[in-house]
Amino acid sequence: MTKNELQQKACDVRMGIIESTHSAKCGHPGGSLSAAEVFTYLYFEEMNIDPKDPKKADRDRFVLSKGHTAPGLYSALAYRGYFPVEDLKTLRHIGSHLQGHPCVSHTPGVDASSGSLGQGISVAAGMALSAKLTNDNYRVYTLLGDGELEEGQVWEAAMFAGFRKLDNFVVIVDNNGLQIDGPVDEVNSPYPIADKFKAFNFHVIEVADGNDFDQLAAAFKEARETKGMPSAIVMKTVKGKGVSYMENQVGWHGKAPNDEEYETAMKELKEAKEAVCQK
Amino acid sequence: MSEVKSVATRQSYGEALAEFGKKYDNLYVLDADLAAATQTKIFKAAFPERHIDCGIQESNMVGIAAGLASTGKVPFCSSFAMFAAGRAYEQVRNSVGYPHFNVKIGATHAGISVGEDGASHQCLEDIALMREIPGMVVINPADDVEARAAVEAAYLHEGPVYLRFGRLAVPVINDNPGYKFEIGKGVTLKEGSDVSLIATGLEVSETLKAAEMLSADGVNAEVINIHTIKPLDEDLIIKTAQKTKKVVTIEEHFVAGGLGSAVAEVLGEKCPTLMKRIGVYDTFGESGPAKDLLHKYELDAEGIYKQVKAFL
Repeated sequence: MTKNELQQKACDVRMGIIESTHSAKCGHPGGSLSAAEVFTYLYFEEMNIDPKDPKKADRDRFVLSKGHTAPGLYSALAYRGYFPVEDLKTLRHIGSHLQGHPCVSHTPGVDASSGSLGQGISVAAGMALSAKLTNDNYRVYTLLGDGELEEGQVWEAAMFAGFRKLDNFVVIVDNNGLQIDGPVDEVNSPYPIADKFKAFNFHVIEVADGNDFDQLAAAFKEARETKGMPSAIVMKTVKGKGVSYMENQVGWHGKAPNDEEYETAMKELKEAKEAVCQK
Repeated sequence: MSEVKSVATRQSYGEALAEFGKKYDNLYVLDADLAAATQTKIFKAAFPERHIDCGIQESNMVGIAAGLASTGKVPFCSSFAMFAAGRAYEQVRNSVGYPHFNVKIGATHAGISVGEDGASHQCLEDIALMREIPGMVVINPADDVEARAAVEAAYLHEGPVYLRFGRLAVPVINDNPGYKFEIGKGVTLKEGSDVSLIATGLEVSETLKAAEMLSADGVNAEVINIHTIKPLDEDLIIKTAQKTKKVVTIEEHFVAGGLGSAVAEVLGEKCPTLMKRIGVYDTFGESGPAKDLLHKYELDAEGIYKQVKAFL
């Protein structure tokens, strides 16, 4: 896909996030929006997957360790063709396959049940180890929040993956700087993030703007070319990116837009998409 | 009485893994720096490429196992019960139970019979914790023969299984040609009419001895081995309760949440019966030789005998 096409898809993914959380009247738009580009890049460019055969054995795996940003994942899956985009409006509704946090047994394309922070990275590391044990070629990606780095299990998994030289494993950190109780460096600072992963024997790739496709493309290429150690892509992003009143606002971590806010957000995102299309 | 062979079920676990590792090439074993204690070192010696030592990270180990299971391998996660079911409880619940991944938890050193290590390592709540997880099978084998059979049954069962093993050598009571292990099927070891003694794990052999002592007093006890606490053999439990009208449960576990609770739940709803639950009552254990602890907490044959007599 061209950069322009990816940018259009990212606008779609953002609209899906707003559509679904508005319909649910709850959920987590902020951290879903900050990761919209990485969701888009993974599902439309990076990963070897087939929406028509979600369980194909040699598929690349993605585990959303920061599971509360399921609206972003679901939106990417829907626009990629795993299930109808219409389904996004059923997010968190009773009977829906779109649970509040990702679950294997509910949603096509979801490979691990996650959302209890710190656990997804271990499951993803297990998948990467599994490929190594039987010489399978798939790669495994996992997305963590920066607040999630406060969980001890993250570092258990990092130690394990670094020690075992899992070079088919990519940890992505969505460093949007905010967690529920405030800025991450005021709650319990995870900084320096890059140095920590280096110390755990990761090849670290720092991305200055994780909402920029050129930078993401370069980072994933570098990760793919890295042998003998796992990669950590630590990307600076903007929480709530793409919706003016949500950007960098901690209050939009776990709150859905009301009807009026929904209209404003959708208008902004449609305009953004039109602007991209006209380029 | 002739000398009966005694084996710790953790030993049976390690040997069974090595045995079935030959037969099943997608069987993997994970440990958390306790391979010498859990006896997975036997498997490690035979299949080093299929033994993954995670170091001292029980929570991560359970996640790694979930990842292996999701890609078609059958991992046996091994640690002490305190850490496998206790420390990693939420990982077992959310990373394994919720997606119903095909992970087996092999928990050794369960119960007060851990002995000298003391209360911090004597897990008396693992059965309670594990049986709360939807879809989890919970097995507590009584001896060497049963433990080995349980390992293979767990491998063949599609879905998560919790296996409970002990550190203390226990008499082999199932070494007979007719022995058959079936998940969810209790075993009547002795027919009786005065009281039903329903035991699990290492308490099964102690209960058999207690039944002999009761017999000398003219009490004809029925003895049932419940090796699978979940799914529970409700039919057998109701049948024996209807027969004897008095039920005693015996386990090396807190009376809250374990076998006694599971039996009381069934009987309370379907066949109200007078019950006595023998186990550990709302107290931590302590250091000491395993046999002395079982005696002090009235979990050996003599203690069971005394408590059953008092109940009757």
